[in-house]
Amino acid sequence: MKGWMGKIKTLSLLSFLAVVLAGCGKENLTALVPKGYGAETSMDLIILSTAIMTFVFVVVFVVYLIAIIRFRKKKGQEDYIPKQVEGSKKLETVWTIIPIILVLILAVPTVAATFDLADESGKKDGINIDVTGNQYWWHFSYPNEEIQTSQDLYIPTGEKVFLNMKSTDVIHSFWVPSISGKMDVNPENENTMYIEAYEEGVYWGKCAELCGPSHSLMDFKVIAVSPEEYEQWVKDMQSVDPKAEPQDAVAQDGKAAFEENNCMACHAIGSSPAAVGPNLTNFGDRSRIAGFLEPTKENLVKWLQDPESIKPGNKMTGNYPKLSEEESDSIAEYLLQLKPSDITPESAGE
Amino acid sequence: MSTATAQKRGFGAVLWDYLTTVDHKKIAHLYLFGGGFFFILGGLEALLIRIQLIKPENDFLSAGLYNEMITMHGTTMIFLAAMPLLLALMNAIMPLQIGARDVAFPFLNALGFWLFMLGGLLLNLSWIMGDAPDSGWTAYTPLATESPGHGLDYYVLGLQISGAGTLMGGINFLATIVTMRAPGMTYMRMPLFTWTTFVTSTLILFAFPALTVGLFLLMFDRMFDSAFFDVTLGGNSIIWQHLFWIFGHPEVYILILPVFGIFSEVFATFSKKRLFGYTAMVFATMLIAFLGFMVWAHHMFTVGLGPVANSIFAVATMAIAVPTGIKIFNWLATMWGGNITVSTAMLYALGFIPSFTIGGMTGVMLASSVADYQYHDSYFVVAHFHYVIVGGTVFGILAGLHYWWPKMFGRVLNETLGKITFWLFFFGFHLTFFIQHFLGLMGMPRRYWVFLKDQDLDLGNLISSLGALLMGVGGILFLINIIYTAAKGEKASADPFDGRTLEWAVSSPPPYYNFKQLPLVRGLDSLWIEKREGNGKLKPAEPLGDVHMPNGSILPFIMSVGFTIAGVGFIYQPDNRTWLLAVFIGMGIALGSMLIRSLKDDHGYYISKEELEKEAD
Repeated sequence: MKGWMGKIKTLSLLSFLAVVLAGCGKENLTALVPKGYGAETSMDLIILSTAIMTFVFVVVFVVYLIAIIRFRKKKGQEDYIPKQVEGSKKLETVWTIIPIILVLILAVPTVAATFDLADESGKKDGINIDVTGNQYWWHFSYPNEEIQTSQDLYIPTGEKVFLNMKSTDVIHSFWVPSISGKMDVNPENENTMYIEAYEEGVYWGKCAELCGPSHSLMDFKVIAVSPEEYEQWVKDMQSVDPKAEPQDAVAQDGKAAFEENNCMACHAIGSSPAAVGPNLTNFGDRSRIAGFLEPTKENLVKWLQDPESIKPGNKMTGNYPKLSEEESDSIAEYLLQLKPSDITPESAGE
Repeated sequence: MSTATAQKRGFGAVLWDYLTTVDHKKIAHLYLFGGGFFFILGGLEALLIRIQLIKPENDFLSAGLYNEMITMHGTTMIFLAAMPLLLALMNAIMPLQIGARDVAFPFLNALGFWLFMLGGLLLNLSWIMGDAPDSGWTAYTPLATESPGHGLDYYVLGLQISGAGTLMGGINFLATIVTMRAPGMTYMRMPLFTWTTFVTSTLILFAFPALTVGLFLLMFDRMFDSAFFDVTLGGNSIIWQHLFWIFGHPEVYILILPVFGIFSEVFATFSKKRLFGYTAMVFATMLIAFLGFMVWAHHMFTVGLGPVANSIFAVATMAIAVPTGIKIFNWLATMWGGNITVSTAMLYALGFIPSFTIGGMTGVMLASSVADYQYHDSYFVVAHFHYVIVGGTVFGILAGLHYWWPKMFGRVLNETLGKITFWLFFFGFHLTFFIQHFLGLMGMPRRYWVFLKDQDLDLGNLISSLGALLMGVGGILFLINIIYTAAKGEKASADPFDGRTLEWAVSSPPPYYNFKQLPLVRGLDSLWIEKREGNGKLKPAEPLGDVHMPNGSILPFIMSVGFTIAGVGFIYQPDNRTWLLAVFIGMGIALGSMLIRSLKDDHGYYISKEELEKEAD
């Protein structure tokens, strides 16, 4: 059993390698190069079902080609009337039984995998993270560690991490193709899924359920670091002092402007669980601004000046005082200096 | 009233004729033009979508407009193009295939069409009025309940009105097939297309009420402050998904089963062979329809229903592969040993086999719930359902149109143009959608207004967009073919393709009463039997006598206009209560027309025996 399954696996892996080289999508985004438990489980089934279906397709196609070539009307046979066959019990039984067997071959591992990925036995002692979907950003709360963050989800490699997901508005769907398949984030009930990343990396996450105009810009990252680095990150995040004065003058102005314009009404810095807007504790370490822009000061200033032009339909537009160029500049400086930890996307290899 | 003698008539007379007709053949024309109009509209929307996605971070369409575009493309193509085009073929052919003079309820038939047409126009009025629906054709709540503006209100009312029309069509066809088969036409002698019409109508009868209920709840939530889907007030938004897919999955089979019937006719006719395994084909159709009601939650694998529900629905879905596989192999076996003519209709049937097999394969792959966690709501799904709906339904409609065009219009569509169209459309289709399987797995979710740079998605999207343009060219060529045929097409004989079933026993197009005398059916493929064993003509089952015909009526049109006015009133009454006036006026018109219909006796008229005798055979 193991033998031929193994052979099929090697063979399909080889053929997949060929496809990878030919272009299998961007690494750490594509589901075709799985780097986590869920994605690998899905991939096994994708390979198995593709193999079965390719077999079926080849059989159909060969019969089809032969039928067309052999039985196409020939010269001088225009009036030939073929025998009017009613059917054939034997043949029809064959093409009823064989598909049933093929379907069973796929059904059994499917059911097994479905229960496997829904297994929550390790949840009590494992790492739990509350994931909240919002139009159009993600909030991540670590209830046991009392850490709050947004947009960048830090997890240790080689460990099951349980995500308890809920939405504050419409339905979203949490998808990190390279690590795991997706799970909807509903407003009425908490959905739990676990993810496990095999290797360190910054993995692209996407919202997969239409949630409004900026649905396609609701990207996030999963940053998988080694368990030791994860421990370090947790400690760093826990010891953040939200009131700490920045070093240079521009950033100090920025902090003042941040407070004057009442940005904290929505954006927490530190472990306050309030999250009307994204938590900014480690904003300077974020791999992207607004989920998808390069983390440069220009982009941040642009966002502060006119978020609508970047993410149509976002909830920040119109809900804060108009900022002057100078204020935007200093706030940007302040926010980009919020780097509480040495464990950053770079530590994971970006 | 008799208009049998062909005469030149003014435009006004023709228009009035179509507005008041209850003749199934003319209603088929109306469905064809209506569905065709919406098909062009949906096609243009598709092209705009593909232009937006031709390169990364494109700004051809704005985010909001893009969401409106995908919503209207899906809704239009499914409710207003594919289904009406199928209803056109069913209306044109099914009564002929069972040897009937019309459908059971001709008045209802006209009402069904006008409700569909005006409902569809109401939905598209949203473009002109400034906000089209933008929550996807699935209108998932709470996005749909919270969508600002009136877009979703148009969606609700437009679909409610056109859905009522479809439901009437379904009931009408059921009654027709049950009660109006010609003498000798037992159930197991019915042509496959009639069978699939019958089964499809059953699906419509049971599936559409779920949509009606869902739309009413959505309407109440949006307009009258109820909270069926509002979590904060104790509602539940997942209920919408269940209601929608309890309708929505059978809907997929409503779209595909009729074309299984079309292809069964086309394969048999152009292979000059009886359909292989007729009985198995009939029962496979029924089994697919039955299972179609048991699998709706496979659209909801990622909702979090739990492993038990996911497993059950996964296995049930895979089971559908078995009857579908039986069909594919029976079609191959029909060709096997035959004498195959590759006409344009047959070309579409031949293109259908590999295309639909791929669509079916990816269907089974999607049924594997854990694999679906990756496919779900990605371009893989987009590719899958376009393989099924374009590779199946649209190919089927085009095959059916090429096959039955002579019967509907009396002229044969140009074969050369038809074949060029096929190849353009076929290559364009595969170019557009095959690559999308990979785009999905490479991390591109569906309904994405833009895709980002540097994610290796550029090339795939470019190829896909180019393919869409090719399909567009194919579509234009088909229109040219229609115009060319109308002007210069070759006049069709009663039986241009050496057909097997009853519709080929009457002239092309048939006289308005279809059959002078109802035919006597002696077996499956009744015309074929008479051609091989008799004199090629069907024996009459009754002596020549007076034929009872229904009168035309303008009431179906007026009634539908009334409902549409009421619909507009409902949409705008939350803004300003004076719009309730439109509701009352519209409902007054509709209910008044119903009253007139109920109180005024209309017994139809008779074509006398003498008049029939005068007409040539």
